[in-house]
Amino acid sequence: MKILVGVKRVIDYNVRVQLKSDGSGVETNGVKMSVNPFDEIAIEEALRIRESGVEAEIIAVSIGTKDAQQQLRTALAMGADRAVLLETDSEVQSLDAAKALLSIAQKEEVDLVLVGKQAIDDDANQTGQMLAALWGRPQATFTSELTIADGKAKSLREVDAGLELIEVDLPALITVDLRLNEPRFVKMPDIMKAKRKPLDTIAFADLGISESPKLETVAYEPPPVRQAGAKVADVPALIAALKDKGVL
Amino acid sequence: MSQVLVIAEHLNGKLNSSTAKAVTCAAQIGEVHIAVLSDSPAAVAAEAAAIEGVTKVLTVENAANANTLAAVLAPQIAALSNGYTHLLMPSTTFGKDVLPRAAALLGRPQVSDIMEVVDAQTFKRPIYAGNVITTVKVPAGLAIGTVRTASFKATALTGGSAAIEAASISVDLPSHTRFIELQAAVSERPDLQSAERVVSGGRGVGSEENFKIIYDFADKLGAGAGASRAAVDAGFCPNDMQVGQTGKIIAPGLYIACGISGAIQHITGIKDAGVIVAINKDPDAPIFEVADIGLVADLFEAIPEIEAALG
Ligand SMILES: Cc1cc2nc3c(=O)[nH]c(=O)nc-3n(C[C@H](O)[C@H](O)[C@H](O)COP(=O)(O)OP(=O)(O)OC[C@H]3O[C@@H](n4cnc5c(N)ncnc54)[C@H](O)[C@@H]3O)c2cc1C
Ligand SMILES: Nc1ncnc2c1ncn2[C@@H]1O[C@H](COP(=O)(O)O)[C@@H](O)[C@H]1O
Repeated sequence: MKILVGVKRVIDYNVRVQLKSDGSGVETNGVKMSVNPFDEIAIEEALRIRESGVEAEIIAVSIGTKDAQQQLRTALAMGADRAVLLETDSEVQSLDAAKALLSIAQKEEVDLVLVGKQAIDDDANQTGQMLAALWGRPQATFTSELTIADGKAKSLREVDAGLELIEVDLPALITVDLRLNEPRFVKMPDIMKAKRKPLDTIAFADLGISESPKLETVAYEPPPVRQAGAKVADVPALIAALKDKGVL
Repeated sequence: MSQVLVIAEHLNGKLNSSTAKAVTCAAQIGEVHIAVLSDSPAAVAAEAAAIEGVTKVLTVENAANANTLAAVLAPQIAALSNGYTHLLMPSTTFGKDVLPRAAALLGRPQVSDIMEVVDAQTFKRPIYAGNVITTVKVPAGLAIGTVRTASFKATALTGGSAAIEAASISVDLPSHTRFIELQAAVSERPDLQSAERVVSGGRGVGSEENFKIIYDFADKLGAGAGASRAAVDAGFCPNDMQVGQTGKIIAPGLYIACGISGAIQHITGIKDAGVIVAINKDPDAPIFEVADIGLVADLFEAIPEIEAALG
């Protein structure tokens, strides 16, 4: 089977993001960038499917600037077979990202698309669902357990009410949740090997997708800050403080 | 005048509290209608019709709507949105799953996690785990968004008397997605997302057995019980208790964090709480930077002492 995995380059999750001094956006200059943590889980899951004995080719795809090659190299070092960069210097919103990933999924005739449940930069949580809609194929979002057999996928989904089990026919789109697996660390020899794996670049503009209507971001601002209160010395003081605030 | 369609969230014939919060957001935009898609919508529709200010409830009765499968619901929702200026769903796992699929079918972008209505086409939403707030403008045409429920108080569940109407839509529904089962965590405690008080435990609680101290404390206070991701990951408690960026975003009047360090991803989930209390044995834990009341203590000593003091 063929598996496509979405790999987005985002600010590392340990970085405290800062607004640019002119308020025109988020500062990315000199900031550590990484693979979106959910996408690492998606790559890991693809690898585990292959390691379980299913013959699988894993294609990592990123939409972004030339720099996203670094994150694709990480995916290759983890074990993906090849990578495709859909290169653009412009912001690509979810609907167009979905169209772009889908164009590769269709060209490659993949059986499975694995993406993160959300990118931790825009926190949109949309791209996978949009891709599945445009593809006319099933979706299993927030997957925390995945079983593939007989042309079907079973997904245990983390929903507000608990855990939901669904079954979908392949090809299908899966979005992955944190508990699906723990991504492996890449080892030095794998990084060297990854340098020789194919990484193709396609200009985003050459994909020939029709541009969707876009949201316009008109302002960026810091969130309201919560003033830290005070520490209390002991339990009686805690109870007094709670009563004082009228919550007890 | 804007016409807003809100898709109701419901389970087992009961309206979910997230719906009335989405209605509050919708009412700031225009006239509010609610759609109920279900295999037997009557009871939920009656509840929806009683929400204050709602002027119409549309029902779509179909055996295929017995479970909330996005691939089944999205094309129906896309069809229902015809004639409306806005289409909203709560930003719960239900809304997050279904609405982007409908948006893509309609060829429209989606505003995720609306936290404020600036005007009918302009909304505030958080990015980077709530560390930045953006103001986004929707291009001319249908505005689609999920509503960050922690940012809106629920509209009164009584006082409305909306007309209930069966909607007639005809769309082909796929059979490639099948519901098998919902393993719902049974809990007598108040629902996390609507509880007035929440007690949460983190890695510091140490084990599944130890989590009893959190449950007992919650019961003492009539509170919902929550957890950090670390606690869920370690198997101390079920996943639906997770609070934070990738769990539930909540806004109780009182939030008590026990043995939780205060990672940014956790804090995102509780920023809108009224009073935050932290019990942690490490005086330098970042949770104290956001806590209104901090107690540096071992939770296994402090909690029984608090319970005793409450009588
Ligand atoms: C993409 C991504 C998304 C994430 N989403 C979430 C999310 O939604 N929600 C979430 O919570 N986390 C999330 N995380 C994880 C987050 O980064 C932290 O790892 C997690 O919140 C830590 O949980 P904790 O505070 O329970 O554990 P720790 O950080 O290990 O803290 C345990 C605390 O307990 C204290 N303690 C220990 N023993 C006691 C005792 N006896 N009495 C009192 N205090 C004690 C310690 O001093 C310490 O401060 C996410 C991470 C990533 C990468
Ligand atoms: N620019 C991109 N390049 C590659 N994958 C992407 C991109 N944008 C979104 N995705 C995929 O879609 C998922 C959800 O993103 P989002 O809808 O932005 O929260 C991510 O975890 C990625 O797997």
